[in-house]
Amino acid sequence: MSSTRSARSRRATRALWLFPVPALALYLFFFAYPTAQAVQYALTDWDGYSTTYDNVGLRNFTELATGDDVFRNAAENNLKLTVTVVLAQTALALLLALYLVRTTRASTLLRALFFLPTVLSSVSVAFVWRFVYDPDGGLLNSGLRAVGLDSWQSVYLGNPDTAVFWLAVTQVWFHAGQMMVVYVAGLQAIPRELYEAAELDGAGRWDSFRHITWPLVAPATGIVVAYTTVQSFKAFDLVLGLGGNPPGPALDLLSTRVYTTFSNNEFGYAAAQSLVFMALIALLTWVQRRALRRAA
Amino acid sequence: MLHKTIRPVVLLLGAAAVVLPLLVVLFGTFKTLPQLFDSPLSPPGSPTLDNYRRAVDEGGLGAAFTNSLVVTAGAVLLTLVVASLAAFFCARMPGRAGWAVFGVLVAGLAVPAQAAIVPQYVLFDRLGLTDSLLGLVLVDTTMTLPTAVFILGAFLRTIPEELYEAAELDGAGPLRAFRSIALPLTRPALATTGIFLFVMDWNDLLYPLLFVRSQEHRTLPLALLDFQGEFLTQYPLLFAGVVIASAPVVVVYVLLQRHFVSGLTAGAVRG
Repeated sequence: MSSTRSARSRRATRALWLFPVPALALYLFFFAYPTAQAVQYALTDWDGYSTTYDNVGLRNFTELATGDDVFRNAAENNLKLTVTVVLAQTALALLLALYLVRTTRASTLLRALFFLPTVLSSVSVAFVWRFVYDPDGGLLNSGLRAVGLDSWQSVYLGNPDTAVFWLAVTQVWFHAGQMMVVYVAGLQAIPRELYEAAELDGAGRWDSFRHITWPLVAPATGIVVAYTTVQSFKAFDLVLGLGGNPPGPALDLLSTRVYTTFSNNEFGYAAAQSLVFMALIALLTWVQRRALRRAA
Repeated sequence: MLHKTIRPVVLLLGAAAVVLPLLVVLFGTFKTLPQLFDSPLSPPGSPTLDNYRRAVDEGGLGAAFTNSLVVTAGAVLLTLVVASLAAFFCARMPGRAGWAVFGVLVAGLAVPAQAAIVPQYVLFDRLGLTDSLLGLVLVDTTMTLPTAVFILGAFLRTIPEELYEAAELDGAGPLRAFRSIALPLTRPALATTGIFLFVMDWNDLLYPLLFVRSQEHRTLPLALLDFQGEFLTQYPLLFAGVVIASAPVVVVYVLLQRHFVSGLTAGAVRG
């Protein structure tokens, strides 16, 4: 009896091995293998269509590190964008979540509303905001004119010094609601008794926030900061819709740089750029996990 | 005290910041460009459907809509099948093997799509899968697999072992157990994951941008992006395109809001 059962269960276990085969096949063949191949391409000067190419060793990487001002500019834009979005989006998401954490009819409706932009396509969002920023008849400038603040009008994306900032505003509009939901979940997990006890001890609103809410919502902050960082570091579609395809230097990011280099048939160089891009994302995630763990 | 007055002001400003641009877009689809520039906020006085007609005819959005539908449906279904099978293995396999496969599949979450695009393009091109809807289905499935396995795997692990043991006593093999225990109990998670995948696949721009060359194979986001070149500042036309591309997601969102939130948050937690 027991031996037939274990024989059957051994057969069952063997059959179970077939289950992950389609997923692993797709994943290893169409993603893991190409990712590994990127390393090989990155060491060549291949243009994508020639049958011959030279192995150039680390030349692509030294070029990226020292001689490529366009890539450096894109990296700087990326850094500015990421810092701005992380600060603004985390603060805004937490503020909205604090205001909407209690479940009433109005807050449920507002939460749904703030979440709505998240489901739109980036190209759609980009087109909406292109009109908002349009210097001539756009929403911002005509609004400013209507209230007599004509001198505040600007060219927004047309100004290379501030273009990244306006891109950040759009990005926050796009995703703040999603991060708000993460914070709502985090806040709802804090026991109400803590606040009641603090109130009995005479703690004010700010004290409660500083000593109860902020430390206890730290795991949610970790998620929000980590996700927002990676999200803005990878920003791509939005830039093509707002800044054109390919975008100009004011809105060029690392992701659009990889894509543009690839489109120019510099396959070897694009592969090197994509690896640097990937390494930066891994580094950022690691640094920030450590920092958050120490803070928490 | 101060707090009590600031709160509604902040919420009102926030709501206006979301609603106003969307309302302007919706109204704008029924206006001419001068009408839009003249009074962006007012409802359309003499509504015209001309923008929609031109977006479909000249912008090719009709064909793009069908392509998006085919690619999205194909990729979502294929991903759900393949990912739920793999997640079942990860949850049921005793010992380290289950976690190892889970780890391998979920590791993809940390790698940005851009890391692999160059060799991916070469590979798909050699297989004759660029510029084809099948190629997009396959690449979308591959790229969303880690997310799907992550969400479904977490859910399948919550199913109590006893249920499977009872089925095993009745002589059920793994396929039976998968079909008659795991799948029915995972239905809510499958729905949530499916909706999440739908948003990702419907809105994907990167792969159509890389892979698709011919007009007839363009998906909606790509056709919309091409508007830039053709109708640079024809905002009413751009807006009609935005509405056509967004309508399905927004309708599904309004109907299934709860699932959206849990799905996209589950996606967010992956970091």
